[in-house]
Amino acid sequence: MRHDHLVTAKQLSRADIETVLDRAAEIDADPGAFRDRHAGALLGLLFFEPSTRTKMSFEAAIKRLGGDVVDMGSVESSSVKKGESLADTVRVIEGYADALVLRHPRQGAAKMTGEYVDVPLLNAGDGAGHHPTQTLLDLYTIRENAGLDDLTIGIMGDLKYGRTVHSLAHALTNFDAHQHFISPESLKLPRSVRYDLHEAGASVREHTELETVLSDLDVLYVTRIQRERFPDENEYHAIAGEYQVDADTLAAAKDDLTVMHPLPRVDEIAADVDDTDHATYFEQAHNGVPVRMALLDLLLGDSA
Amino acid sequence: MSEHELRVSKIRDGTVIDHISGGQALNVLAILDIDGTGGEEVSIGMNVPSDRLGRKDIVKVEGRELSQDEVDVLSLIAPEATINIVRDYDVVDKHRLERPAEVTGVLTCPNRNCISTDDEPIDSKFAVLPDGVRCEYCETIVRDGIPDLIDSA
Ligand SMILES: [Zn+2]
Repeated sequence: MRHDHLVTAKQLSRADIETVLDRAAEIDADPGAFRDRHAGALLGLLFFEPSTRTKMSFEAAIKRLGGDVVDMGSVESSSVKKGESLADTVRVIEGYADALVLRHPRQGAAKMTGEYVDVPLLNAGDGAGHHPTQTLLDLYTIRENAGLDDLTIGIMGDLKYGRTVHSLAHALTNFDAHQHFISPESLKLPRSVRYDLHEAGASVREHTELETVLSDLDVLYVTRIQRERFPDENEYHAIAGEYQVDADTLAAAKDDLTVMHPLPRVDEIAADVDDTDHATYFEQAHNGVPVRMALLDLLLGDSA
Repeated sequence: MSEHELRVSKIRDGTVIDHISGGQALNVLAILDIDGTGGEEVSIGMNVPSDRLGRKDIVKVEGRELSQDEVDVLSLIAPEATINIVRDYDVVDKHRLERPAEVTGVLTCPNRNCISTDDEPIDSKFAVLPDGVRCEYCETIVRDGIPDLIDSA
Protein backbone atom coordinates (compact mmCIF):
# COMPACT_ATOMS: atom_id res chain seq x y z
CA MET A 1 0.00 0.00 0.00
CA ARG A 2 1.10 3.53 -0.73
CA HIS A 3 -0.05 5.01 2.56
CA ASP A 4 1.66 4.86 5.90
CA HIS A 5 -1.43 5.96 7.77
CA LEU A 6 -4.90 4.57 7.41
CA VAL A 7 -7.13 7.45 8.49
CA THR A 8 -10.14 7.15 6.23
CA ALA A 9 -11.56 4.61 3.82
CA LYS A 10 -11.56 7.37 1.23
CA GLN A 11 -7.81 7.05 0.78
CA LEU A 12 -8.13 3.40 -0.25
CA SER A 13 -8.09 2.61 -3.95
CA ARG A 14 -9.55 -0.55 -5.34
CA ALA A 15 -6.03 -1.94 -5.66
CA ASP A 16 -5.26 -1.12 -2.00
CA ILE A 17 -8.42 -2.86 -0.87
CA GLU A 18 -7.74 -5.93 -2.98
CA THR A 19 -4.17 -6.14 -1.68
CA VAL A 20 -5.42 -6.24 1.91
CA LEU A 21 -8.26 -8.67 1.19
CA ASP A 22 -6.01 -11.01 -0.78
CA ARG A 23 -3.48 -11.03 2.03
CA ALA A 24 -6.27 -11.72 4.54
CA ALA A 25 -7.40 -14.65 2.42
CA GLU A 26 -3.85 -16.03 2.41
CA ILE A 27 -3.73 -15.73 6.19
CA ASP A 28 -7.11 -17.42 6.52
CA ALA A 29 -5.91 -20.27 4.36
CA ASP A 30 -2.65 -20.83 6.22
CA PRO A 31 -2.40 -18.95 9.52
CA GLY A 32 0.72 -20.89 10.57
CA ALA A 33 2.74 -19.36 7.73
CA PHE A 34 2.34 -15.93 9.33
CA ARG A 35 2.95 -16.93 12.93
CA ASP A 36 6.31 -15.28 13.55
CA ARG A 37 6.32 -12.93 10.64
CA HIS A 38 6.56 -9.85 12.88
CA ALA A 39 8.28 -11.23 15.95
CA GLY A 40 9.32 -8.36 18.18
CA ALA A 41 6.99 -5.79 16.59
CA LEU A 42 5.16 -3.59 19.05
CA LEU A 43 1.76 -2.13 18.37
CA GLY A 44 0.79 0.91 20.45
CA LEU A 45 -2.84 0.93 21.52
CA LEU A 46 -4.27 4.39 22.17
CA PHE A 47 -7.89 3.95 23.11
CA PHE A 48 -9.26 7.26 24.32
CA GLU A 49 -12.69 5.69 24.54
CA PRO A 50 -13.42 2.12 25.51
CA SER A 51 -13.92 -0.47 22.79
CA THR A 52 -13.10 -3.90 24.11
CA ARG A 53 -13.69 -5.82 20.90
CA THR A 54 -11.84 -3.59 18.49
CA LYS A 55 -8.95 -3.42 20.92
CA MET A 56 -8.90 -7.19 21.46
CA SER A 57 -9.01 -7.88 17.76
CA PHE A 58 -5.96 -5.67 17.15
CA GLU A 59 -4.25 -7.34 20.08
CA ALA A 60 -5.04 -10.80 18.73
CA ALA A 61 -3.86 -9.78 15.27
CA ILE A 62 -0.42 -8.50 16.31
CA LYS A 63 0.13 -11.42 18.72
CA ARG A 64 -0.72 -13.95 16.01
CA LEU A 65 1.96 -12.29 13.90
CA GLY A 66 4.48 -12.82 16.70
CA GLY A 67 4.40 -9.24 17.99
CA ASP A 68 3.02 -7.64 21.12
CA VAL A 69 1.20 -4.53 22.30
CA VAL A 70 2.02 -1.56 24.45
CA ASP A 71 -1.19 -0.21 25.86
CA MET A 72 -1.82 3.31 27.07
CA GLY A 73 -4.45 1.91 29.43
CA SER A 74 -7.61 3.73 30.32
CA VAL A 75 -7.76 7.48 29.90
CA GLU A 76 -8.73 7.90 33.54
CA SER A 77 -5.35 6.67 34.71
CA SER A 78 -3.20 8.49 32.15
CA SER A 79 -1.67 11.93 31.84
CA VAL A 80 -4.45 12.81 29.39
CA LYS A 81 -6.63 13.23 32.41
CA LYS A 82 -4.22 15.91 33.55
CA GLY A 83 -4.93 17.93 30.43
CA GLU A 84 -2.13 16.86 28.12
CA SER A 85 -3.00 17.44 24.47
CA LEU A 86 -3.48 14.53 22.12
CA ALA A 87 -0.69 15.91 19.94
CA ASP A 88 1.75 15.67 22.85
CA THR A 89 0.57 12.23 23.95
CA VAL A 90 1.01 10.66 20.53
CA ARG A 91 4.41 12.21 19.93
CA VAL A 92 5.66 10.58 23.11
CA ILE A 93 4.05 7.21 22.57
CA GLU A 94 5.18 6.88 18.95
CA GLY A 95 8.66 6.34 20.38
CA TYR A 96 7.48 3.17 22.10
CA ALA A 97 5.91 1.35 19.16
CA ASP A 98 6.33 0.33 15.52
CA ALA A 99 2.75 1.28 14.68
CA LEU A 100 -0.14 2.95 16.49
CA VAL A 101 -3.85 2.26 16.70
CA LEU A 102 -6.00 5.22 17.72
CA ARG A 103 -9.57 5.27 18.95
CA HIS A 104 -10.80 8.71 19.93
CA PRO A 105 -14.18 10.31 20.62
CA ARG A 106 -13.41 13.41 18.53
CA GLN A 107 -13.93 13.58 14.77
CA GLY A 108 -10.72 14.31 12.93
CA ALA A 109 -8.51 13.04 15.77
CA ALA A 110 -6.84 10.46 13.54
CA LYS A 111 -6.23 12.97 10.77
CA MET A 112 -4.56 15.30 13.25
CA THR A 113 -2.51 12.52 14.83
CA GLY A 114 -1.27 11.50 11.40
CA GLU A 115 0.25 14.96 11.07
CA TYR A 116 2.36 14.39 14.18
CA VAL A 117 3.61 10.82 14.01
CA ASP A 118 5.94 9.04 11.61
CA VAL A 119 5.14 5.43 12.50
CA PRO A 120 2.12 3.94 10.69
CA LEU A 121 -1.17 5.00 12.26
CA LEU A 122 -4.43 3.07 12.07
CA ASN A 123 -7.67 4.89 12.78
CA ALA A 124 -9.86 2.58 14.85
CA GLY A 125 -12.74 5.05 15.01
CA ASP A 126 -12.84 8.83 15.52
CA GLY A 127 -16.19 10.02 16.79
CA ALA A 128 -18.82 9.90 14.07
CA GLY A 129 -16.01 10.10 11.50
CA HIS A 130 -14.30 7.02 10.11
CA HIS A 131 -13.57 3.41 10.96
CA PRO A 132 -11.60 2.09 8.00
CA THR A 133 -10.37 -1.21 9.46
CA GLN A 134 -13.99 -2.16 10.14
CA THR A 135 -14.67 -1.35 6.50
CA LEU A 136 -11.92 -3.66 5.32
CA LEU A 137 -13.33 -6.55 7.30
CA ASP A 138 -16.81 -5.69 6.01
CA LEU A 139 -15.52 -5.74 2.45
CA TYR A 140 -13.74 -9.03 3.06
CA THR A 141 -16.99 -10.54 4.32
CA ILE A 142 -18.97 -9.13 1.39
CA ARG A 143 -16.43 -10.44 -1.11
CA GLU A 144 -16.55 -13.93 0.42
CA ASN A 145 -20.33 -14.06 0.43
CA ALA A 146 -21.66 -11.97 -2.43
CA GLY A 147 -18.71 -10.63 -4.42
CA LEU A 148 -17.85 -6.97 -4.75
CA ASP A 149 -18.92 -6.37 -8.33
CA ASP A 150 -22.43 -6.05 -9.61
CA LEU A 151 -23.42 -5.80 -5.98
CA THR A 152 -26.70 -4.40 -4.71
CA ILE A 153 -26.36 -3.51 -1.05
CA GLY A 154 -28.83 -2.03 1.41
CA ILE A 155 -27.37 -0.12 4.36
CA MET A 156 -29.93 0.46 7.07
CA GLY A 157 -30.21 2.14 10.48
CA ASP A 158 -28.42 5.16 11.86
CA LEU A 159 -26.71 6.51 8.78
CA LYS A 160 -26.10 9.93 10.24
CA TYR A 161 -23.78 9.03 13.10
CA GLY A 162 -22.70 5.58 11.94
CA ARG A 163 -19.02 5.86 11.11
CA THR A 164 -18.87 2.26 9.90
CA VAL A 165 -21.54 3.19 7.35
CA HIS A 166 -19.65 6.26 6.17
CA SER A 167 -16.42 4.35 5.67
CA LEU A 168 -18.15 1.44 3.93
CA ALA A 169 -20.05 3.75 1.58
CA HIS A 170 -16.82 5.50 0.55
CA ALA A 171 -14.99 2.23 -0.03
CA LEU A 172 -17.80 0.76 -2.12
CA THR A 173 -17.45 3.58 -4.64
CA ASN A 174 -14.38 1.69 -5.89
CA PHE A 175 -16.60 -1.16 -7.04
CA ASP A 176 -19.59 -1.65 -9.26
CA ALA A 177 -21.97 -1.40 -6.31
CA HIS A 178 -25.49 -0.02 -6.13
CA GLN A 179 -25.97 1.43 -2.68
CA HIS A 180 -29.41 1.79 -1.11
CA PHE A 181 -29.58 3.73 2.14
CA ILE A 182 -32.54 3.01 4.38
CA SER A 183 -33.14 5.16 7.44
CA PRO A 184 -35.59 7.43 9.21
CA GLU A 185 -35.56 10.95 7.83
CA SER A 186 -33.78 12.27 10.93
CA LEU A 187 -30.88 9.81 10.60
CA LYS A 188 -30.10 10.16 6.90
CA LEU A 189 -26.54 10.25 5.60
CA PRO A 190 -24.74 13.46 6.53
CA ARG A 191 -24.21 16.10 3.88
CA SER A 192 -20.45 15.49 3.75
CA VAL A 193 -20.87 11.79 2.93
CA ARG A 194 -23.50 12.48 0.29
CA TYR A 195 -21.16 15.07 -1.20
CA ASP A 196 -18.33 12.53 -1.47
CA LEU A 197 -20.55 9.82 -2.92
CA HIS A 198 -21.83 12.27 -5.49
CA GLU A 199 -18.28 13.38 -6.34
CA ALA A 200 -17.26 9.75 -6.74
CA GLY A 201 -20.17 9.19 -9.13
CA ALA A 202 -21.60 6.44 -6.93
CA SER A 203 -24.94 4.83 -7.61
CA VAL A 204 -26.89 5.81 -4.51
CA ARG A 205 -30.56 5.80 -3.54
CA GLU A 206 -32.14 6.79 -0.25
CA HIS A 207 -35.26 5.21 1.21
CA THR A 208 -37.27 5.31 4.39
CA GLU A 209 -38.64 1.78 4.12
CA LEU A 210 -36.77 -1.48 3.71
CA GLU A 211 -39.56 -3.21 1.81
CA THR A 212 -39.09 -0.85 -1.14
CA VAL A 213 -35.76 -2.48 -1.97
CA LEU A 214 -35.42 -5.66 0.07
CA SER A 215 -36.08 -8.09 -2.78
CA ASP A 216 -33.30 -6.54 -4.93
CA LEU A 217 -30.56 -6.81 -2.32
CA ASP A 218 -27.55 -9.13 -2.29
CA VAL A 219 -26.39 -7.72 1.05
CA LEU A 220 -28.28 -6.03 3.88
CA TYR A 221 -25.99 -4.18 6.29
CA VAL A 222 -27.85 -3.28 9.46
CA THR A 223 -26.65 -0.81 12.09
CA ARG A 224 -28.02 0.10 15.48
CA ILE A 225 -30.18 3.13 16.08
CA GLN A 226 -28.97 4.54 19.36
CA ARG A 227 -31.36 5.55 22.06
CA GLU A 228 -29.28 8.57 23.03
CA ARG A 229 -29.95 10.16 19.64
CA PHE A 230 -33.55 10.76 20.72
CA PRO A 231 -34.65 13.09 23.47
CA ASP A 232 -37.81 11.06 23.98
CA GLU A 233 -37.88 7.34 24.75
CA ASN A 234 -41.21 6.80 22.97
CA GLU A 235 -39.97 8.42 19.82
CA TYR A 236 -36.93 6.16 19.90
CA HIS A 237 -39.05 3.02 20.21
CA ALA A 238 -41.44 4.09 17.46
CA ILE A 239 -38.60 4.73 15.02
CA ALA A 240 -36.25 1.90 15.96
CA GLY A 241 -39.13 -0.59 15.67
CA GLU A 242 -39.49 0.18 11.98
CA TYR A 243 -35.89 -0.70 11.27
CA GLN A 244 -35.80 -4.15 12.82
CA VAL A 245 -35.56 -7.33 10.81
CA ASP A 246 -36.60 -10.83 11.76
CA ALA A 247 -36.90 -14.11 9.89
CA ASP A 248 -40.37 -13.15 8.65
CA THR A 249 -39.14 -9.85 7.21
CA LEU A 250 -36.50 -11.74 5.27
CA ALA A 251 -38.99 -14.11 3.67
CA ALA A 252 -39.36 -11.47 0.94
CA ALA A 253 -35.60 -11.38 0.31
CA LYS A 254 -33.44 -13.31 -2.15
CA ASP A 255 -32.49 -16.76 -0.85
CA ASP A 256 -28.82 -15.84 -0.88
CA LEU A 257 -29.19 -12.45 0.83
CA THR A 258 -26.25 -11.84 3.17
CA VAL A 259 -27.22 -10.02 6.39
CA MET A 260 -24.39 -8.16 8.13
CA HIS A 261 -24.02 -6.02 11.25
CA PRO A 262 -20.89 -4.44 12.80
CA LEU A 263 -22.07 -5.66 16.26
CA PRO A 264 -22.93 -5.30 19.04
CA ARG A 265 -26.60 -5.52 18.14
CA VAL A 266 -29.47 -4.82 20.48
CA ASP A 267 -32.73 -5.87 18.86
CA GLU A 268 -32.43 -4.57 15.31
CA ILE A 269 -31.78 -8.12 14.11
CA ALA A 270 -34.02 -10.63 15.88
CA ALA A 271 -32.43 -13.81 17.24
CA ASP A 272 -34.46 -15.95 14.81
CA VAL A 273 -32.35 -14.57 11.95
CA ASP A 274 -29.28 -16.24 13.49
CA ASP A 275 -30.57 -19.65 12.44
CA THR A 276 -31.11 -18.67 8.81
CA ASP A 277 -28.52 -18.88 6.04
CA HIS A 278 -28.69 -15.10 5.81
CA ALA A 279 -26.90 -14.47 9.10
CA THR A 280 -23.30 -13.50 8.44
CA TYR A 281 -22.53 -11.10 11.33
CA PHE A 282 -20.61 -13.53 13.50
CA GLU A 283 -18.49 -14.61 10.55
CA GLN A 284 -18.00 -10.89 9.86
CA ALA A 285 -16.77 -10.32 13.42
CA HIS A 286 -14.35 -13.26 13.16
CA ASN A 287 -12.92 -11.79 9.98
CA GLY A 288 -11.63 -8.87 12.03
CA VAL A 289 -8.50 -10.73 13.08
CA PRO A 290 -7.23 -11.99 9.69
CA VAL A 291 -8.03 -8.66 8.06
CA ARG A 292 -6.22 -6.70 10.76
CA MET A 293 -3.33 -9.17 10.54
CA ALA A 294 -3.17 -8.53 6.80
CA LEU A 295 -3.19 -4.79 7.29
CA LEU A 296 -0.51 -4.88 9.97
CA ASP A 297 1.57 -7.25 7.88
CA LEU A 298 1.45 -4.81 4.96
CA LEU A 299 2.09 -1.72 7.07
CA LEU A 300 4.93 -3.19 9.09
CA GLY A 301 6.54 -4.59 5.96
CA ASP A 302 10.02 -5.92 6.53
CA SER A 303 10.78 -3.36 9.20
CA ALA A 304 10.20 -5.64 12.14
CA MET B 1 -16.82 56.94 -10.76
CA SER B 2 -20.59 56.61 -11.08
CA GLU B 3 -23.14 58.82 -9.43
CA HIS B 4 -24.23 56.03 -7.08
CA GLU B 5 -20.77 55.47 -5.77
CA LEU B 6 -20.47 59.13 -4.98
CA ARG B 7 -23.09 58.63 -2.30
CA VAL B 8 -20.31 57.12 -0.27
CA SER B 9 -17.57 59.59 0.45
CA LYS B 10 -14.14 59.24 -1.11
CA ILE B 11 -11.31 58.06 1.06
CA ARG B 12 -7.77 59.27 1.15
CA ASP B 13 -5.80 56.14 2.02
CA GLY B 14 -7.23 52.73 2.56
CA THR B 15 -9.32 50.07 0.88
CA VAL B 16 -12.54 50.12 -1.08
CA ILE B 17 -14.26 46.77 -1.29
CA ASP B 18 -16.70 47.01 -4.14
CA HIS B 19 -19.21 44.65 -5.76
CA ILE B 20 -20.03 42.90 -2.52
CA SER B 21 -23.19 40.78 -2.91
CA GLY B 22 -26.17 42.83 -1.70
CA GLY B 23 -26.72 42.52 2.03
CA GLN B 24 -23.25 41.18 2.88
CA ALA B 25 -21.63 44.47 3.93
CA LEU B 26 -22.06 43.86 7.65
CA ASN B 27 -20.52 40.42 7.26
CA VAL B 28 -17.60 42.02 5.49
CA LEU B 29 -17.14 44.32 8.47
CA ALA B 30 -17.27 41.28 10.75
CA ILE B 31 -14.50 39.65 8.74
CA LEU B 32 -12.42 42.81 9.07
CA ASP B 33 -13.21 42.76 12.78
CA ILE B 34 -14.66 46.25 12.56
CA ASP B 35 -17.51 47.05 14.91
CA GLY B 36 -16.95 50.78 15.30
CA THR B 37 -15.38 50.58 18.74
CA GLY B 38 -11.87 50.77 17.27
CA GLY B 39 -12.53 54.26 15.93
CA GLU B 40 -12.03 53.25 12.28
CA GLU B 41 -13.40 55.58 9.67
CA VAL B 42 -15.73 53.42 7.58
CA SER B 43 -18.31 54.20 4.91
CA ILE B 44 -20.88 51.66 3.85
CA GLY B 45 -23.26 51.57 0.93
CA MET B 46 -25.90 48.89 0.99
CA ASN B 47 -28.07 47.68 -1.86
CA VAL B 48 -26.70 50.22 -4.26
CA PRO B 49 -27.85 49.61 -7.87
CA SER B 50 -25.19 47.78 -9.87
CA ASP B 51 -24.99 46.83 -13.53
CA ARG B 52 -23.17 43.62 -12.74
CA LEU B 53 -24.97 42.42 -9.63
CA GLY B 54 -28.33 44.19 -9.68
CA ARG B 55 -27.76 45.34 -6.13
CA LYS B 56 -24.42 45.51 -4.45
CA ASP B 57 -22.84 46.65 -1.21
CA ILE B 58 -19.70 48.70 -0.95
CA VAL B 59 -17.38 49.21 2.03
CA LYS B 60 -14.67 51.84 2.28
CA VAL B 61 -12.16 51.66 5.10
CA GLU B 62 -9.86 54.59 5.75
CA GLY B 63 -6.26 53.89 6.65
CA ARG B 64 -6.29 50.16 6.33
CA GLU B 65 -5.10 47.60 3.78
CA LEU B 66 -6.29 44.02 4.03
CA SER B 67 -4.32 40.96 5.06
CA GLN B 68 -4.31 37.86 2.88
CA ASP B 69 -6.38 35.98 5.48
CA GLU B 70 -9.02 38.66 5.35
CA VAL B 71 -9.04 38.63 1.57
CA ASP B 72 -9.36 34.83 1.56
CA VAL B 73 -12.38 34.86 3.82
CA LEU B 74 -13.97 37.76 1.96
CA SER B 75 -13.82 35.70 -1.19
CA LEU B 76 -16.02 33.07 0.46
CA ILE B 77 -18.94 35.40 1.15
CA ALA B 78 -18.43 37.95 -1.61
CA PRO B 79 -16.92 36.07 -4.55
CA GLU B 80 -17.67 38.92 -6.98
CA ALA B 81 -16.02 41.61 -4.89
CA THR B 82 -13.21 43.85 -6.11
CA ILE B 83 -10.55 45.31 -3.88
CA ASN B 84 -9.28 48.81 -4.58
CA ILE B 85 -6.26 50.04 -2.72
CA VAL B 86 -6.38 53.82 -2.42
CA ARG B 87 -3.40 56.05 -1.71
CA ASP B 88 -3.74 59.82 -1.67
CA TYR B 89 -7.22 59.60 -3.25
CA ASP B 90 -5.96 57.51 -6.16
CA VAL B 91 -6.74 53.87 -6.79
CA VAL B 92 -3.24 52.39 -7.02
CA ASP B 93 -4.26 48.74 -7.21
CA LYS B 94 -7.51 47.10 -8.21
CA HIS B 95 -8.14 43.38 -8.30
CA ARG B 96 -10.88 40.76 -8.17
CA LEU B 97 -10.91 38.29 -5.35
CA GLU B 98 -9.62 34.82 -6.02
CA ARG B 99 -11.04 31.95 -4.09
CA PRO B 100 -8.24 30.09 -2.33
CA ALA B 101 -8.14 26.27 -2.31
CA GLU B 102 -8.19 26.32 1.47
CA VAL B 103 -8.32 28.73 4.39
CA THR B 104 -6.28 28.08 7.50
CA GLY B 105 -6.77 29.48 10.97
CA VAL B 106 -9.54 31.93 10.16
CA LEU B 107 -12.75 29.94 10.63
CA THR B 108 -13.88 27.90 13.61
CA CYS B 109 -15.50 24.55 12.86
CA PRO B 110 -19.18 24.51 13.85
CA ASN B 111 -18.96 20.82 14.83
CA ARG B 112 -18.33 20.90 18.55
CA ASN B 113 -17.02 17.36 18.44
CA CYS B 114 -14.32 18.28 15.92
CA ILE B 115 -10.71 17.87 17.09
CA SER B 116 -9.88 21.32 15.66
CA THR B 117 -12.12 22.94 18.29
CA ASP B 118 -10.16 21.25 21.09
CA ASP B 119 -7.17 22.70 22.82
CA GLU B 120 -4.69 21.14 20.38
CA PRO B 121 -1.74 22.87 18.68
CA ILE B 122 -3.40 22.89 15.26
CA ASP B 123 -5.03 25.60 13.15
CA SER B 124 -8.47 25.06 11.76
CA LYS B 125 -8.30 24.18 8.08
CA PHE B 126 -11.13 24.39 5.57
CA ALA B 127 -11.17 23.33 1.95
CA VAL B 128 -13.05 25.78 -0.26
CA LEU B 129 -15.82 24.11 -2.26
CA PRO B 130 -17.69 25.70 -5.16
CA ASP B 131 -20.57 26.49 -2.82
CA GLY B 132 -19.16 26.46 0.70
CA VAL B 133 -16.33 25.26 2.87
CA ARG B 134 -15.42 21.92 4.38
CA CYS B 135 -13.48 21.21 7.56
CA GLU B 136 -10.35 19.22 6.72
CA TYR B 137 -10.52 17.46 10.10
CA CYS B 138 -14.12 16.39 10.65
CA GLU B 139 -15.28 16.97 7.03
CA THR B 140 -18.33 19.00 8.04
CA ILE B 141 -19.58 21.04 5.08
CA VAL B 142 -20.86 24.56 5.70
CA ARG B 143 -22.76 26.39 2.98
CA ASP B 144 -24.68 29.08 4.88
CA GLY B 145 -23.53 31.09 7.84
CA ILE B 146 -19.82 31.16 6.98
CA PRO B 147 -19.39 34.66 8.53
CA ASP B 148 -20.55 33.19 11.85
CA LEU B 149 -17.51 30.91 11.82
CA ILE B 150 -14.96 33.67 11.61
CA ASP B 151 -12.50 33.54 14.46
CA SER B 152 -12.86 36.64 16.56
CA ALA B 153 -9.20 36.62 17.44
ZN1 LIG C 1 -14.32 20.20 11.92
